[in-house]
Order: sequence, then structure tokens, then C-alpha cells
Amino acid sequence: MPALVSHPDEVKVISRRFGMGAADIEKYIELDGYKAVQQAIANGPAWIIDTMKASGLRGRGGAGFPTGMKWSFVPKVSEKPKYVLVNGDESEPGTCKDHVIFLHDPHAVIEGTMIAGLAIGSKLGFIYLRGEYRYLLKIVEKAVADAYAKGFLGKNIFGTGVDFDIITQTGAGAYEVGEESALMESLEGKRGVPRIKPPFPAVVGLYGGPTVINNAETIANAPHILLMGGEAYAKLGTERNGGTRLFGISGHVERPGVYELPMGYSLRKAIYEVAGGIKDGKKLKAVVPGGASCPVLTADEIDVGLDFDQMGKAGTMLGSGGIVVLDETVSIVEFALRTIAFYQHESCGWCIPCREGTDWIKKTLTRVYNGGGSRKDVDNVQYLAENMMGRTFCPLGDAAAMPTLGFVKKFRKEFEEYIDGNRAGTPLITVEQLVGAGH
Amino acid sequence: MSTVANSIFSPELAARFDHLVTIYPLRRSALVPMLLYAQDELGYVSDAAVAEIAERIEILELDVRNVLSYYSMLRTKPAGKYNVQVCTNISCMLRGGYEILDHCKKTLGVGHKETAPDGVFSLEEVECIGACCWAPAMQINYDFHDDLTPEKVDVLFQMYRDGQGKDVK
Amino acid sequence: MADVNFIVDGKQLTAPAGTLLIEACKSAGIEIPAFCYYPGLSLQAACRMCVVRIEKMPKLQTACTTPVAEGMVVQTETPEIAQARKATLQLLLGNHPLDCPVCDAGGECELQDMTFKYGAADSFYAEPKNHREEQKWSPVVYFDRPRCILCYRCVRMCGEGMDVFALGIQNRGSSSVIAPNVPAQMSPDDLPHVDCEQCGMCIDACPVGALTSGTYRYKTRPWEMNHVATVCTHCGDGCKTTLGVRSTSDGSEIVRGDNRDKSGINGDFLCNKGRYAFDFANHEGRITQPLVRQTNGEFKSVSWEVALDLVGKKFRELRDTRGGKSIGVIGGNRLTNEEAYLLQKFARTVLGTNNIDHHRTADYVSFAQALAGQTNRTASLRDTLTAPSVLIVGGDPTIQAPGTAWNLRTNVRLNRAKLYIANSEPIKLRRQAKAFVQLSPFGYSALTSYLAGDDASASSAASDATGLSAFRDVVKSEENLLILIGSELRGADLRKLIAFGLTLPGAKFALLSDYANSRGAADMGLLPDMLPGYNPVGSSSPLATEYTANTTSGSLAPGLDMLEIFDAAGKGDLSALYVVNSNPVARYGVDAAALKNTFVVVQEMFLTETAALADVILPAANLYEKAGSVTNSYGDLQQVKKAGDRAGVRTDFEMIVRIADKMGTNMRALVPFGKGLRADMGQTRGAQSGEADRHSIWLTAQNLEPRLSPFDPLAILDEIQRLVPGYNILRLQLLSGNDQHLSPAAPAELVQITTRRDLVLPANDSLFTSGTLGRYSTMLSDLQHNESLRPSSLLTQIQTAAD
Ligand SMILES: Cc1cc2nc3c(=O)[nH]c(=O)nc-3n(C[C@H](O)[C@H](O)[C@H](O)COP(=O)(O)O)c2cc1C
Ligand code: SF4
Ligand code: FES
Repeated sequence: MPALVSHPDEVKVISRRFGMGAADIEKYIELDGYKAVQQAIANGPAWIIDTMKASGLRGRGGAGFPTGMKWSFVPKVSEKPKYVLVNGDESEPGTCKDHVIFLHDPHAVIEGTMIAGLAIGSKLGFIYLRGEYRYLLKIVEKAVADAYAKGFLGKNIFGTGVDFDIITQTGAGAYEVGEESALMESLEGKRGVPRIKPPFPAVVGLYGGPTVINNAETIANAPHILLMGGEAYAKLGTERNGGTRLFGISGHVERPGVYELPMGYSLRKAIYEVAGGIKDGKKLKAVVPGGASCPVLTADEIDVGLDFDQMGKAGTMLGSGGIVVLDETVSIVEFALRTIAFYQHESCGWCIPCREGTDWIKKTLTRVYNGGGSRKDVDNVQYLAENMMGRTFCPLGDAAAMPTLGFVKKFRKEFEEYIDGNRAGTPLITVEQLVGAGH
Repeated sequence: MSTVANSIFSPELAARFDHLVTIYPLRRSALVPMLLYAQDELGYVSDAAVAEIAERIEILELDVRNVLSYYSMLRTKPAGKYNVQVCTNISCMLRGGYEILDHCKKTLGVGHKETAPDGVFSLEEVECIGACCWAPAMQINYDFHDDLTPEKVDVLFQMYRDGQGKDVK
Repeated sequence: MADVNFIVDGKQLTAPAGTLLIEACKSAGIEIPAFCYYPGLSLQAACRMCVVRIEKMPKLQTACTTPVAEGMVVQTETPEIAQARKATLQLLLGNHPLDCPVCDAGGECELQDMTFKYGAADSFYAEPKNHREEQKWSPVVYFDRPRCILCYRCVRMCGEGMDVFALGIQNRGSSSVIAPNVPAQMSPDDLPHVDCEQCGMCIDACPVGALTSGTYRYKTRPWEMNHVATVCTHCGDGCKTTLGVRSTSDGSEIVRGDNRDKSGINGDFLCNKGRYAFDFANHEGRITQPLVRQTNGEFKSVSWEVALDLVGKKFRELRDTRGGKSIGVIGGNRLTNEEAYLLQKFARTVLGTNNIDHHRTADYVSFAQALAGQTNRTASLRDTLTAPSVLIVGGDPTIQAPGTAWNLRTNVRLNRAKLYIANSEPIKLRRQAKAFVQLSPFGYSALTSYLAGDDASASSAASDATGLSAFRDVVKSEENLLILIGSELRGADLRKLIAFGLTLPGAKFALLSDYANSRGAADMGLLPDMLPGYNPVGSSSPLATEYTANTTSGSLAPGLDMLEIFDAAGKGDLSALYVVNSNPVARYGVDAAALKNTFVVVQEMFLTETAALADVILPAANLYEKAGSVTNSYGDLQQVKKAGDRAGVRTDFEMIVRIADKMGTNMRALVPFGKGLRADMGQTRGAQSGEADRHSIWLTAQNLEPRLSPFDPLAILDEIQRLVPGYNILRLQLLSGNDQHLSPAAPAELVQITTRRDLVLPANDSLFTSGTLGRYSTMLSDLQHNESLRPSSLLTQIQTAAD
């Protein structure tokens, strides 16, 4: 079982109950569980949405869309049933925060789902976990069953006359299914290929009904926000970036782990203080700050606050909060190749630029890595990535192109030297391994 | 009692499927979980499983195959009793994922997506499994094992060989 | 919807709100490239070729999914856009085999055209391309995977368009592949196959050469063919088809059938027969010389002169000695209207007999009588695409009239048309139906009574009484209902159903029959009791008057029908039988001995069961080898053009004329040729033949061309137009290849409802048979064999998420 870590700079909101046995419903109730949802029933949808808006909470799935606003987009009246969909597909490399939530505080996700349902007038919520999280599904399933047993779910919840049901399920291995509309397709029993937008899920979503879809962390924040008040939550973070967030710090640090830090917290401090600095006293080379799809930051670009706006200004993204730290020994050529190999494997294949683009970048970098590259290949990779950007059907294409562009632009010299024979770093992968990665 | 005559699944699983198709607004929603559960029981998704699932969901077999082939956890050929899935994605790679993979290849004597002759273990290199902060990590069937070293892997394999590991079900 | 104004490439445009930008642009002559977009099928936005720049939008947008909006400002060809398209093409070409020189699609490939336009020929890839062997999915469908660009057109065509769902998308990412529904491991030969209707629509839709046709592949290059737009010879829908023709040593051979010209009544559609089953023309059993039976019973080939002379003399002699009434004439369902008309005129005015019939596949006489005096009550095939609601009683369009079925499915899909079906079988179209009642076997008669208000018939019509009653209620509440009637309904039942329909405001009718010109055969009077246009024999219509005036032995009484003709033969009362393009011996199980004392002349392509009993066989051209017009089940008239050619054979038209001539007939009375004005046909302008052609079309259209030959079918068309009620054709429309809806109904004042014998004998063709003709199509036999390899599939109802 993954180890819990902690650091004095942490501000514990969502992680408040971690390690306290809150997967047990009695314990959860003891720790203020299911209070927020009862308040929500008492105060009604407008109050919920106002509180969420005031909290400044922005989606923790990656794009950082303001949650209160998203909920307010759902039409009040709809012919078709409305749904709440919790995105627990967590598959962005470098990200394992929802993992910890499901493990330590599944009821918070359930309660958050109910709150979202009340806010938009839905009676059915889905909690969708990635297929690999089967052991977490069992934890969530038990939590849901316990909530039903207590009368917190089902008909007439808490005796208030309100009905709400939750269905849990998993995927079966597909990164793209984390994209919201692809997730809906998967949940409808189809291939995980995204849908054409517009219409957006808030209007036409799951089964054609208006749907709110949120990341599991976003949803699990809702009960805390209702209990502490929107403004109080907002104050924990920075302007337009309310509250705290779970950051998973991995790679070459002394104390990797999932930490809850206030929005806007310094990236440098997160690496050097919270996570204990670079492993084995080595030097920092680069940071992929928000999951594999975010453009890389070099060692001297890390004096930036961890919120959506500051990261955007720094030319990268806050993404999913997965901070991957690379020390001086890492070969960027190899790292770039491993990154694109992932997107190549996970592209759904629907649109040409992504399907073919990821494939050709992977093939070219494989050859470069193999020692058969020419300087022209670096141009070609950049050309391919530039021509994918903004042209694909869904953002996966961008997610593959952005880091690639980051690597070849910021580390162009390293690529060229590698090609010319001066191979920086000690390659970790043999060519045979990488070519085999076409699994 | 299963709603499908001569179900190829165990009575428990058949009963579970009977229920599963009724809980969603649309029957078809049960497809992805059903495929996984079928695989858990049979070791892979067989042609017979495809046929029965198509019948249960009331869709074409082709449709089932379209979906089945999309998801990387689903397979149409048997794997070992214990399917070892080693992550080599970025966070794991930085902390020795490939070493672990190589170690597994050597100890088990098999490569990517191969099964050892005795059928106990099969090996697979997988993409990020959501254990980045505890890298390097792997899953054996559905169980996570993290912060791995080659020595830890040896101990684990021995445990599984001794029957102390968990089965898929 | 209200119109909106927007600007594309600086041009101010207007289109109804909601129109897709790509379509709005197309209407304005601005072509936006697209691979995945296909009009009428679901949107994919997958190929990203149609990207355009829309003001105020941060990224390029796909024109195929963007509806036009008021004030929108769009650029469709900027350097940025050209670069995006070029990059997409470069990516596609990276793995494309570039085997254009041997690819069937070479020369008509959308990928080639785009590459030419955007100049994406340079490649930066050093890696080898992924090669995969070509797969034979069925005798007619081949798949070449590396050529596939994954536009998913075939998948949607098969699923949404055909409601077959034989193609899927499997794997993901760069391993994605189009997969057929019978995977290798499930088929006896360990190869993947399609279990489907074999329509080949996927091949038509494929923008490249990934799907190729079993009949055409590797045969020729597109530019080496001439393309002739004509009408399919197979079923009663009369789909427009384009035949690719190539010259051979003994004529010209049809090498391909497809639907490149989508202007026809069939829109995008063509079924397997229209697409592949033209090969009967090249069958080795084709007769190409006249054959005369010798005293030893064997056939001997003779010259045309000898054969025609013999037939002419014999017919004349038998008419003069035993009387015209001793002669029988049987015409075919695949003759042109001109031939059918000429045949009955020849029978009635030259042979002097009304003993004339054809293999009837629907009761058009009752249909015409029931609609006598009505206007605007007959439906065109085009109406099946637009009618707001459709009732189908009997028939099975999916099999019998695939073009109709296609249109109906399209209408339901795109316009949410309401389909109501009453059938004694659970026909496939029920899947699109709003209401379906399964009738008891033979329940049609009871159904018509029930619809007409006789509640007591409910129990004999269907076992589900409540369903039936709800069905009647909802049908009765429909306005502008299109009523499609199967051949099960005849005589009184048919009239009752039409009478019921006439009580519904705006209802229109069509009666489905089986062959390319079944309707024309009836309209043209290949019937013992009806002159052309359903004028009863012996009535005082202008037509009858003209015929009697011309008739040597003026026969005013109805003649013998099909069965009576053979009865007469059996009794030794039939002196001669003239069979033109028909195989009654097989169809009606005629005992060979019955014809032993009859002089039998058969015009045929093959040694059919009927031809085998002939005294003289005259080798005939088929519908793809002649010109004229045909009328489909609905009464839509279309032009047939000559595509193939075979040395040694003649058209039925020419043979009738020549026989009449040999009989010493006044040719100008039979075919009114030579009456037109004289005009210069362009001969004096020497080589400027293009102009001569245009000149001739104009002349023809204006009825001015000199009909110098009695073999010109247009000469008889003049008479058809003049005498047959309902055939008031617009010639320019006809000659420019457009269909025209005709509604011949019996002249109201002449309708005499007498009890006629029900001689309707449905063809009972499957998707892979086509009467006698179909037996000579190798491709159809292959498809039947292919079909026999698998148990027939039970297609399950597909759920749609949004509904
Ligand atoms: C390719 C792709 C993968 C994604 N994967 C995930 C994921 O695993 N988990 C997640 O919560 N959101 C993921 N997203 C983001 C979702 O589409 C969506 O924006 C999010 O679930 C919305 O929730 P939020 O507003 O709470 O962030 C992904 C997006 C893309 C384009
Ligand atoms: S960008 Fe295109 S191919 Fe890639 S995942 Fe999205 S839709 Fe699929
Ligand atoms: S036609 Fe628009 S994306 Fe293919």
C-alpha cells in the first residue's frame, strides 16, 4: 500500500482524513462526514453553486475550469435525465493523487457526487475508475454499499424526500478515456473515442442528458468547501485559484509522495523543501510540472507559483498536479522518446494528425535514440509537433505535441549533440526495449 | 439462474451479469465491466465469451470486438495465472522501471506479453498505472506493488509461487 | 429554418441556419476538401482536412461540423490552412503504399487529388511502411489495409446507410483498422470475411483504393473506360447506374458498374446486382447467331437473313391460314417501353391477335383502375426519400427493391420520417418502423377489410388485436402518407386498400413489382385485355380506334392470357408462339410436350428452358446493349443508353421490325418513321461531331430530327407519347438523363371492373438472384455460393445511445 507522507507546509483540506480510517463510514461520519450534503439539501442548488463559485475551485482534472461555473451551465429543466460523472480515470503519467483519495477517503467522493447532483438536479451519479484501480473500486463499492445501508443513498435520502443513486464502475485500460466525452462513450459501452463538441456535456452528455463531469479530486473538495464556506476555501490559495491541491511529486526527489499544498505554492520549494530535494544530492536538470503532457521547465525556470495562471505565464501548465523531477543524469532524448511512446500508445486513432503524428514522432525519435538520426530529424520532429498543435480532434494531440515541442526547443542542443555522438546522460533504456514498447 | 441458457460463465458470474445489464439507463453500459469480469474468470476474453456477452447486451459480436480491441487491459489470448505488469512510464523509468522490467524478463524467462511455459507468470510492460509517487511500481493481476527493487521482486515472485498471492477473483 | 448571412472568402453568402459550413460553401461553389465527411452520414471530424479559419475562434475549425451562423466570417484557403492540410496529407502518405500505378482508384482517388492540390509529395520518413496483405472479404469486396486512410466512411455506410453493420473499427491508435464482422478465427478458411448484403456501398464510399470491387479490380484504369449512365436491368426500382465500358475485339465490354453520378432516383445507392451483375452479358453461353431447328431436332446456325425470312414467312402463313387468334405472344419484363409497345402493336395490328401477355409480378391493372380519375396520387421513388410518413403493406423492399429500402432508411434517419409496416413476415425494415404489425399468413385481405372499417376482420388479419387497432388509428391520422404496396395485394384487395388510402388527405401510392420494366410491360399493354395505358380491348378510346383502323383482322375481344395460351397449345390450338425476352416455360412449369405442334420463335440471350423448345432462336441484345426508356415500379420513366455491344446480336426492337417487314407489313404504319422534318445532322460540318451531337439532341428534343430509320426507338416514342394516357413526357428531360414521374391510370370513363384472373407470380428473387437472367451472372452465383457457406445471420437490433 502506498506510503503517506507529510510536510509542515501542507495545508490539509482534502487530505484531512487521510490515514484516519475514513474509508469506514462510521469513522467518516465521526469526522464530519455527510454533514455537507445535508446542508446542501437544506439550502438548495443556488446556495451550493454560489458557494462553489465563491470558493474559486478550479477543476483538478487538468484544464482548471472553474467548477461552480461548470455546474451553473447545466440547464435547470431538461427532458432527459441529468447525470453527475466522476472522472477517476487518472492516467496522466506522473499523477496518482486520485488514487490516494479513493484509498483513504472514498466517502468524500460519494458525498461530493451527491452535492453535485443536488446542485444540478440530477438523481444518478457515476463514479468511473480506471481499470487498473480494481482494488480501489472494491473500496469505493463498499463505501457506496454502506451509504445505501445507512439510507444516505437511494430513495428518500436522510429522510428528506430526495432520491440519489450512485453506480460505480471501471474502465479497462485506456488513457484517452480520461477525456470527458470519451469517458461517456466508454460508460455507454463503446470505444473510448471522444465526441464532437459542441454540444458540451453540460447540455448533451451521458445518454444524451445534461451531465456534469468532474475529476475525483474536484468532487471530493465539494463537501469541504460547503463546510468551511466558499470564501474561506478561496483564501487558502491565490487570486482566481482558490484553495489547495494535491501535488504528486515523483522522479528524482528524496521524498516522493502526494502532498497537499496551497495553490500558488512555489515549485522550487515543493521540490527542494517539501519533497526533500534532488535524490542523492544530484543536480536538477528539468521538471515536468503537471503530468507528462505539460511542457518541460528547465532547472532555472522553477521559480514559479503552482497555480493555473502562473504556470500558464511560465509557458507550461499546472495540469494534473503531477510534478516529475529529472536530475542531471537524465537523457532528454530518451525522456522525450518515452513520453511520445506513451501518447502514441494511447492515441485513440480517431483523427489523422494525432494517430499518425504521434506514430511518426515516436518512430523518428526511436531512430535518433538508436544512433541513426540526423539533425534534420530534430526539425522534422518539431515540424510534426507544430502541425499537430491545435489541429487534432481532442486535446490528446496537443498533450503529445506540447511536451515534444518543449523538449526539442529547450534541449535542442542536447538532441544535436546526441545525434553528433556526444550522448548526454546514461541511457536507461536499450533500443530493443523501446522498440518493444509498441505493445 | 442465468437469463442465458447454457451460459459459459460460472453461476455466480452469470447472475452478476444478469443484474449488471439492468442497472444502467442503457444495457450496453455494462459492456466494458462485463468484458473485464469475463476475462477475470476465463483468463481472457474468448470467442464464446464475446458471443455470450453480445447476446446478453443485445448487440452484435462485431460491436463487442470493436470495443474489446480498444482497451489495453483486455486480451483475447490466455495469460499466466499471475500477470505481471511492469510500469516503465516516466516516473517509474526515472526510478528504475526498466531495470525492474529487465529483471522480470530474466527471472521469468519471458518477454513483453509472453507467458512462461508453466503458465504461472506472464509479463507485460505497461503504461503509467497511477503509482508514480511510489515508483518503480508494478501490478500483479490487480494488486499494486511499489517502491520495487529487484530483490523485492524476487520475494514477491516467490510468494506468488508459494500460493500466497491473490488470484484475480 | 430562417436564413443567416455570413462571409466566406470575402463573399457574402446566405443559407438556412443550421446548414453545415461545408455544405453551404459547396452550394456557393467553394469546395472544402474532406475525407471523412460524407453527406447524410454521421459527422466524424476525424480527418481534419476541412479545417477553416473562423473569425474570433482561437483554433482552426472543422467546416464539416460547424453550422453557419449569422455574421460568421470564414477563410477557407489561407497559407495557414493550406499548410494544415498539407501536413495532414504528409502524415497520411507516410504509411500509404503509393502504389497508385496499379491501384484501382488511381485516377479517381481523393487522396491523389488532394496531394496534387496541396503538394504534399515530400516525405521525411526513413522508416519502412507498414505492409499488410490484401484481404478478400467476399467475392466482391477486397480490402487493402495499407491504402486505408481511416475516414470511416465505409463503416458508416454499412451501419447507418445499409443497417447491416458488417464493418467495425478495431484496435486503437496507429494500429486502428477497419474490421469485417467475421473474424479470421471464426471462419473455416481462417481468413476474415464480411457477412452482409454485399451491396458494395463501402467501395463506392471509399475515397481511396482501400476497398475494391471483385468484378473490377486490376481490370483496367478509369481513364481507359467510357462511362455510360443508364438504368439497372435488375429490379423494379430502376436505379441509375454508370457502366464503365471498354472496347474488345467483338464489341465493347462492360467492366464496371457503379454510381458515380449520384443524380438518379437512387441518390447515393446501388445494390450488389446493379454494381456487379452486368457480367451475364459476357457469359460463355451467350447465343450470337440465329439458330434454326432442323428436322433431326438439332439447332443449326444460320444467317440473319435466312432466320428472319423463315420467321416472317411462317408467321404470315400461319396468320393467313389459321388466323391471328391462333398465335400467342409473350413479352419480357426487361424490354424497353418502346419494344414492349411495338411488340403488342405488332401482335395486335400485324399478327392480329390479343393473345398477348407477360410474366406479371404485380397487379398494375387493378392499381390503374383503382386510381382512375385521380391526380397526384401516385408516388415517385423520390418520394420515399422525403415523405413524412410511409405505410408499407406487404413486400420486402430490403430484398425486393433495395433502392426503395435505402431511401426509406435514409428518410427515417435524416428526416425522422415515420414508417408503419404491416407484413406477414418480420421484414428487416421493421427495425426502422415506428409501428409494425405482424399479419397472419394470408392476412392481407383481412387487413384491407379491417382498415376499411370492418372490425370483424381483425382476428383473421393479425393475432395482436390491440396492436392492430393502434396501428389503424395511427395510420388513419396521417396526412400525406406514402403507401407502398407489395405484390401480395391484388384485385379486390388492392382496390380496397387504395380506396382506404384515398380517404387520407394527400396519400400517395406505389405498387412494387420485380423487374426493370415490369411496370412498363403493363403500361405498354402486354396484356390480353388491355391496350397500352390500361384502355380495355374493345373500348372506344382513341387508341382502340386507331388500332382497329390499322388492324387487318380487327380483334375487339380480349385474347388469351399466359396460362390460356399454353392450354391452347396443349390442345393443339396454338399455331405459333412468339416469345420475346421471357422464359415462361421455366416460370410456369410448362410441359415441353404442350408446344410440340406450335411454331415457336424465341428472342433470347441464352438457351433458356423456353429457348430450348424453339424452332427459331434469335440472339438478342440485353438492356445494357440498347437504347430506349423504362418505367420503374413507381412509374418513373428513365432513359436507357447503350453501353455494351456484342457482335452477332440484335435488339428486340430491330428484330420485331424486321419480322414485320418480312411479313410484308406497311412499315410506316407500324413505326411512324420518316415523318419528321428534314434537317442537317451535322454531316456537312465534317469533323465537328461534337456540335453535330448537340445539334442532334436539340433536334430530337424538338421532335424535329429526321427519323430516317424504322429502327429508331424514338420514332415509336412519338406514338407512345401521343396515344398512351399518362406518357406525356418531357423529351429534353428524358434525353438529358433525368427521371420523370408518370401516372398512367385507366381512363376513368373506361374502367370496367370485371373479375380478371389473378396471374401475378412474384419473382421471389433473393438479394443474389435475378430471374432467369441472374442465373447467367457468375458474380451472382459466386455470391450465392458465398452465402451458402454461412448460416444466415440474425442481425440484432442495435441500440442507439441518444434515443
Ligand atoms: C486526453 C485527456 C485525458 C484526460 N484524462 C483525465 C483523467 O484521467 N482524469 C481527469 O480527471 N481528467 C482527465 N482529463 C480532463 C477531462 O477531460 C475533464 O476536463 C475533467 O475530467 C473535468 O473535470 P474537472 O473540471 O474537475 O477538472 C483528460 C483530458 C484529456 C484531453
Ligand atoms: S487527438 Fe484524435 S486520435 Fe488523438 S486521442 Fe484525440 S481524437 Fe483520438
Ligand atoms: S471532413 Fe471535416 S474533419 Fe474530415
